[in-house]
Amino acid sequence: MSDLPRPEALFANIDYTPPKADWMDVPVDIKPGRYCYAANPESVKYLDLPNAHKWNPLDDDWGLPANWQEIIFNGLRERLHKYRSFKIFMDICVRCGACADKCHFFIGSGDPKNMPVLRAELLRSVYRGEFTTFGKIMGRFVGGRKLTPDVLKEWWYYFFQCSECRRCSVFCPYGIDTAEVTIIGRELLNLLGLNIDWIATPVANCYRTGNHLGIQPHALIDMIDFFCDDIEDITGIRPEPSFNKKGADILFVTPSGDVFADPGTYTCMGYLMLFEYLKREYGLDVTWSTYASEGGNFGFFTSHETMKRLNSKMYMEADRLGVKWILGGECGHMWRVVHQYMDTLNGPDFQAARMEVPSNPITGTVFKNAASTKMVHIAEFTADLIKHGKLNLDKKRNANIHLTWHDSCNTARGMGLLEEPRFVAKSVVEKFTDMPEGTIREQTFCCGGGAGLNAGENDELRMMGGLPRANAVKYVHEKHGVNMLGCVCAIDRAVLPNSMAYWVPEVSVCGLHELVANALVFPGEKERETDLRGEDLPGMEDE
Amino acid sequence: MKALYSLFLVFALAAFALVGAGALGMEKAFGLYIPFLAVAVFVVGFCMRIVDWGKSAVPFSIPTTCGQQESLPWIKQNTIENPSTTGGVVMRMMLEVLLFRSLFRNTKVDLHEGTKVTYGSSKWLWLGALAFHYSFLVIVLRHLRFFTEPVPGLIAGIESMDAILQIGAPTLYLTNVVFVAAVTYLFIRRVVVPQVRYISLVQDYFPLFLIMGIALSGIFMRYFAKVDIISVKQLAMGLVTFSWVVPEGIGVMFYIHMFLVSVLLAYFPLSKLMHMGGVFLSPTRNMNCASRKFRHVNPWKFENVHYHTYEEYEDEFREKMVEKDLPVDKPLAEGAE
Repeated sequence: MSDLPRPEALFANIDYTPPKADWMDVPVDIKPGRYCYAANPESVKYLDLPNAHKWNPLDDDWGLPANWQEIIFNGLRERLHKYRSFKIFMDICVRCGACADKCHFFIGSGDPKNMPVLRAELLRSVYRGEFTTFGKIMGRFVGGRKLTPDVLKEWWYYFFQCSECRRCSVFCPYGIDTAEVTIIGRELLNLLGLNIDWIATPVANCYRTGNHLGIQPHALIDMIDFFCDDIEDITGIRPEPSFNKKGADILFVTPSGDVFADPGTYTCMGYLMLFEYLKREYGLDVTWSTYASEGGNFGFFTSHETMKRLNSKMYMEADRLGVKWILGGECGHMWRVVHQYMDTLNGPDFQAARMEVPSNPITGTVFKNAASTKMVHIAEFTADLIKHGKLNLDKKRNANIHLTWHDSCNTARGMGLLEEPRFVAKSVVEKFTDMPEGTIREQTFCCGGGAGLNAGENDELRMMGGLPRANAVKYVHEKHGVNMLGCVCAIDRAVLPNSMAYWVPEVSVCGLHELVANALVFPGEKERETDLRGEDLPGMEDE
Repeated sequence: MKALYSLFLVFALAAFALVGAGALGMEKAFGLYIPFLAVAVFVVGFCMRIVDWGKSAVPFSIPTTCGQQESLPWIKQNTIENPSTTGGVVMRMMLEVLLFRSLFRNTKVDLHEGTKVTYGSSKWLWLGALAFHYSFLVIVLRHLRFFTEPVPGLIAGIESMDAILQIGAPTLYLTNVVFVAAVTYLFIRRVVVPQVRYISLVQDYFPLFLIMGIALSGIFMRYFAKVDIISVKQLAMGLVTFSWVVPEGIGVMFYIHMFLVSVLLAYFPLSKLMHMGGVFLSPTRNMNCASRKFRHVNPWKFENVHYHTYEEYEDEFREKMVEKDLPVDKPLAEGAE
């Protein structure tokens, strides 16, 4: 992060005045700090995706195939027919501008091509110029343009500056969703092999090893063992999780990021402790899978088909193990995929007939809202347990924490999981304050690194995109003394710590089940002196 | 520049009608044939666009959820912003179509010293849009009195409500004032707000000027030129009953008005004005949000997809799995061959 300007300087540079020249006359300028490195061709090849080749965004020549325009046109035509959303969003925008200042990347960068309407116009102008009668005849006069290599570069640059968070679609009078435009735009770019490596390599890893990080089965066991050691040190209780166990009641799938990096690891320890508690107290049999060891789905950021290929593992593994239903961990885009795509994509092909409508044997609750997909979010699951008094919780252990809640964009706008995590959080912490209206719930801001943009090389972009979220956190920090930002998303847990360190260094980031596990009292556990992070519990500080 | 082009275009269209219906005496063309043709283009074009959209598939359930989902029985669901029933979806669509629900959320961002960002409420666009669309609707409904005999009570009622202030003769219609003000606001906003000006195209200015031209020519006829209403009605009734007549002496302003309306109708299906139909078909608003409860079926299939099966996975990692006591489907010796 050496080239990154100081926060004050970055902020002072935000200018919402658009350039004098018409946007079609402003050539694309690919700036270091705002773009991600090109996909490693080996990763693209591993998935048999088209046109794997080595290229560099800063080069003039991107090594495109000779018939690249034809590929794009055919791809565009096909998708206009396959996706009504895309077709309608190409046709009906009235450019009212309501979306313009709703995008976190626009708010933080001032780049007019980060206004959702203009991001969509980048593609819409080509649609008009090449596909509509009006546009073909009158061209530029009616906002149409031809597809040139520069236009393609502009697409690439700006479709990888959108985190598909859908905030703009909340404000659009027709519900035009830039995520749909970006998703299709990236799909078209992928036809030419133009993915970014922070997406392509995790996807290839996930395909092969079952998770984005490429953790092989033995290493995954080692990592979980390591967490169990820590838990034993802190609580005196050693969890004995099961893996790939046939005949278990429930298959648990969570993003692999939680196994790998702080503070997600503490959330992962939280899951382990919760399941151990439920096993000891109520005999609940939850198993993890090494084959389906990834809840997240970077295939979603590549193409609908790639999303399907990665997602299929969850149902296939549930079938092989014979579990009744699937429980999903804390993750954002994973839940967009699970809630809105999974059952349609893979239900008919891979969901075993013997799977049951999810029900919690401990409380008797039937999760009717997951009747068809047969997958429950762990916040729904834990909220139900707490409501029925099935967990022994001691809030005082979290007394040092003044929590605020970051609604992750995908669970907020692609699902509506708003109250469940708040209920759980308020059950395990004493001090909770929401950020101001307009920055939470359905109007929540992206962390700045969603949709595969959490690479190191685009740190400036991430800090710009992280500004609106951090700004709201800063407000409750200064006004109410909030010192912890909670979330149910693994990407958030990877992105927000950096963004907090940059904008609001006094605030840390945690997952929901880290807080649950800190408060969870096991029968026969030893007196805890620290929380899962190894920090002294309130009242246990050294004299 | 784009605004000027559009303005010029609308003037040219008005001049075309002025010359055609006035100097060249082509009243029949401008009073009967062109309007008739325009209506035909509008109806056929509008339907074709809707059918064309309808032909595109809706592969996934992708509503934008704007409130609490249906989940546990004791958590209060937002049944309108995150509907899980058809009734809820209908309510959501009605709020969107009739009250512009989403636009009502509009905010404006501002930067302040000390790296501070604020979001202020900004309802003017919502108000302007609502005023524009509803006064337009009332004006269109009012005009039906020219095309009906006897005039239905509802339409007569709307007209007398609209003229309730009883100012001047002929009495002033409230919607005329609101409409001109709203169109003016929408135009000024487009030119003054830098971001909106930056994204505006000729197709954004042109319909505004065209609609303004229609409004002003209509207002001029009613309040100033005082066109012979009886003749106008005769012509209009002739149009809808297919007994086409062109009464003498209606005045050229009427033909300009008619021609601009005709242009608007013919332009409609080709333009962004189709948002009128499109808003009903937008999958982020008109779909049930309970997508884990009900399976949405994709009408098309992915062809020749390759999956990485568990067997392939175990074959690659069996040794390492056995080493960590993970259960395997095939014993090691067999796989080690």
